[in-house]
Amino acid sequence: MVVINGKNADVAGTTILQYLTDEEYNIKTIAVELNEEIISKTYFANIVLKDGDVMEIVHFMGGG
Amino acid sequence: MENDFFIDSKKLSQAALERKHKLETDPSSRSNHMEYMPDMEKIHSDVRDNVMSHMNSYDYHQYTAEDVRAALEHDKCTIEDLKALLSPAAEPYLEQMAKRARIETGKHFGNNVYIFTPLYIANYCENYCVYCGFNCYNDIKRMKLKTEQIEQEMKIIAESGMEEILILTGESRSQSSVEYIGEACRLARKYFRMVGVEIYPVNTDEYKYLHECGVDYVTVFQETYDTVKYENLHLAGHKRIWPYRFEAQERALMGGMRGVGFSALLGLSDFRKDALASALHVYYLQRKYPYAEMSLSCPRLRPIINNDKINPLDVHEKQLCQILCAYRIFLPFVGITVSSRESAGFRNGIVKIAATKVSAGVSTGIGDHESKYSGKETDSLQGDEQFEIADSRSLGTMYKDIEDEGLQPVLNDYLYV
Amino acid sequence: MNNDKLIIGGHEFESRFILGSGKYSLNLIEAAIKDAGAQIITLAVRRANTKEEENILKYIPQNVTLLPNTSGARDAKEAVRIARLARELGCGDFVKIEIMRDSKYLLPDNQETVKATEILANEGFVVMPYMYPDLNIARDLVNAGAASVMPLASPIGSNKGLSTKEFIQILIDEIDLPIIVDAGIGKPSQACEAMEMGAAAIMANTALATAGDLPLMASAFRQAIEAGRKAYLSGLGRVLVRGAEASDPLTDFLHD
Repeated sequence: MVVINGKNADVAGTTILQYLTDEEYNIKTIAVELNEEIISKTYFANIVLKDGDVMEIVHFMGGG
Repeated sequence: MENDFFIDSKKLSQAALERKHKLETDPSSRSNHMEYMPDMEKIHSDVRDNVMSHMNSYDYHQYTAEDVRAALEHDKCTIEDLKALLSPAAEPYLEQMAKRARIETGKHFGNNVYIFTPLYIANYCENYCVYCGFNCYNDIKRMKLKTEQIEQEMKIIAESGMEEILILTGESRSQSSVEYIGEACRLARKYFRMVGVEIYPVNTDEYKYLHECGVDYVTVFQETYDTVKYENLHLAGHKRIWPYRFEAQERALMGGMRGVGFSALLGLSDFRKDALASALHVYYLQRKYPYAEMSLSCPRLRPIINNDKINPLDVHEKQLCQILCAYRIFLPFVGITVSSRESAGFRNGIVKIAATKVSAGVSTGIGDHESKYSGKETDSLQGDEQFEIADSRSLGTMYKDIEDEGLQPVLNDYLYV
Repeated sequence: MNNDKLIIGGHEFESRFILGSGKYSLNLIEAAIKDAGAQIITLAVRRANTKEEENILKYIPQNVTLLPNTSGARDAKEAVRIARLARELGCGDFVKIEIMRDSKYLLPDNQETVKATEILANEGFVVMPYMYPDLNIARDLVNAGAASVMPLASPIGSNKGLSTKEFIQILIDEIDLPIIVDAGIGKPSQACEAMEMGAAAIMANTALATAGDLPLMASAFRQAIEAGRKAYLSGLGRVLVRGAEASDPLTDFLHD
C-alpha cells in the first residue's frame, strides 16, 4: 500500500508518472513530495512506488 | 574668527619644535588620518556611511520657519525634522523647542537628574590635538596615579556620597595601559555602584576585558565628524585615525558594554553638522543595538593651560540650548549629560528642559581631590588640568540646587547584571 | 511620486496592494486583479484532487507575481515543506510564511515564523513573514533574512481594522524593511489609514471576498491605498490641540 494525499492506494510497483497519468493529473500544475522529499518532474518516470511510501500531490488554489 | 591653537613651549628642544612646526604647517608630513594603524581592529558596519551621507548633504540654510513649525507639530521627529530643528531657522523657536523638549524629557525620565563625577587618573598623552590641554607638546605637569593614590582619591570621592564615577586618562597606551585602567576600574567597583570610562578607543577584546573589570559604560567623543577639519586638528598620534574612533562605541557594545556615550566637541567645526552627525551616530547604532543604553554630551571648547583664548566661537548658549532641545526631541530616550564646562546658571536651566545628567565635585586635574574637596594643602604632587571648568559646585551643593529647582537628584539607580 | 516604488527582495512594484485569492470564485480573479491594479497575488498550496479541478494559474495574468503562502503549516518544518513545494510548482521564489498553531483565532506563531524565515531565506526565497506585531520578533525576522514584515491588523478574516495600530506604528518607525499590513483590514478607509501611517503596502482578501461587488471593492481599495500613500509622502498636516501653554519661559537663563 502507498499513502497518497492521505489515502491508501494499491499502486506499489508503478512509477510516479504512470500513477499520475492513470489518475489524469495535469502534470504541469502539480508538485510531488515522496516521503517528505520533493521529486522533480524529470524523475517521475524513473521512480517506482513501493509499499509504505507516503506521497503528496499538491497544486495552487485560492488563498490569502 | 578662528581659534589660534598653536602655542610653543620654551621647554621644547629645537628638534621637537621643528617637528611640531612641520606637523602644523606641512600637511604632507602628517599620516593618512583615514587609514587604520596595524593594531587597530576593523569591523564591518554601515553606521558610518549612513551618518556621513546625511551630514555631507545637510544644507541647513534650506530649512524654513515652516519646516521648523511642522517638525514641532509632528508626533515623531524624523531625520528631516531634526535637520530643521538644528537649522538657523529654528533659532526664533527656541522657547517652543524647549517646551517640547521638556515634555519629552518628562515622558522618559520623569524629573530625575543623575549626578556623577569624573576621576582623571593620568594626563600623559601621545597625541597632538591642538585644542587640548593634555596634548603632547603642551607644557603641563604630567602625572599618573599609582594604585594607592587612585584608591585614596576614590575614598575621598566616595565619602562625599558620590555613587557613579567616570574614569578618565589622557590618551597614552604606553603610560596608561588597558591593564592599568582595568585595575583602576576594579578598585572603582569597590567604592562606586556604577563605573564608566572615557579613555582612548580600544579593540573589542580590550573592551571585553574592561567590562570584566567592572566597566559598563564607554564614552568616546568624536570631537568632530568633519574628517577634513579633524585631520587639521589632530596632527599626530593614534587619535589621528578618525574611523577607528568613530567605531569605538560599536566595538564597546560588541565587547559587552551596557551603554555608550557620544559627542562632538562643539566649536571645532560647523556645529550644526556636527550636532546632526552626533545625533545620527546614536540613532543608527541604537537601531542596530536596540538593547544598548545611549547618551549624548555637548562639550564646547574651553580655555586650556597656556592658551586662555580658546573659546567655542559661534556656539553660544542659545545655540547650545537649541542643539540639546533638538537632541531631546529627536532622541527622547537618550541620556543627555551637561558637564562642568558650562556655568551653574546654564546647567540649572538646562536640567529643566533636556539634560538628565550633570557632574559635580569636578576636577580635571590629577590627584587633587583631597585639596579640592577639603581645601587643605597637601605635599603630594598633582598633575595639571585638561581644561578650565566653569561650574565647581560640590556634590552637596549640586544636590540641593537640583532639589530647589523642583527636580529629583539621583545618585544611582544602576544594577549590574 | 513617479519614482515611488515598493521594493521587496530587490523586486520593484508600482502597486502597493497585495491581493488575496481565497474565498471567491476563480472567474472573478482576473477582474479583481485588474480593478485592484495589483501586481502581487497570494495563493495557497493544497492537495490536488485529480482531474476535475481547475487550474487557478489560468486566471492570473503572466506579469503578476505569485506569492504562495504556507497556510496550513503548524510549525516551521511544515512551512518549509510547503514553501519548497510551492517553489517546485514553478511560481518563483516569493513565499509568505503563515504558521498558525491556533485554529480558533488563527493567530500566527511568531517564534516558529522566525525559524522558518531563517531556513527559507538561506535557501534563496524572498521571505515575507506574516506575524503578530512584536518589535523584538520583527528585529529577529530582519536578522533572519526576511524581505518584508507583515504584521496583522486584526485576526485574519475578521474585517475589524487596525486593532494593533500602535504596535504596527512602532514597526514602521523602527524596522528598515517594508511593513505590509496583512489580515483584518476590512474597509478601504482602514487601508488608507495604515498607508498614512507609513505602511509600505496592504494585503487584503476577506474584505473583498465578502463585499457585494468584488471588483468594485477592489477598485475602492486601490484608490484608498493610493490616497493613503500620497498623504504619507506629502506629510500630514497638523492637528490643533486646544489648551493653554505653560506660561513661564524656559529659556530666560541663556546668556551671550
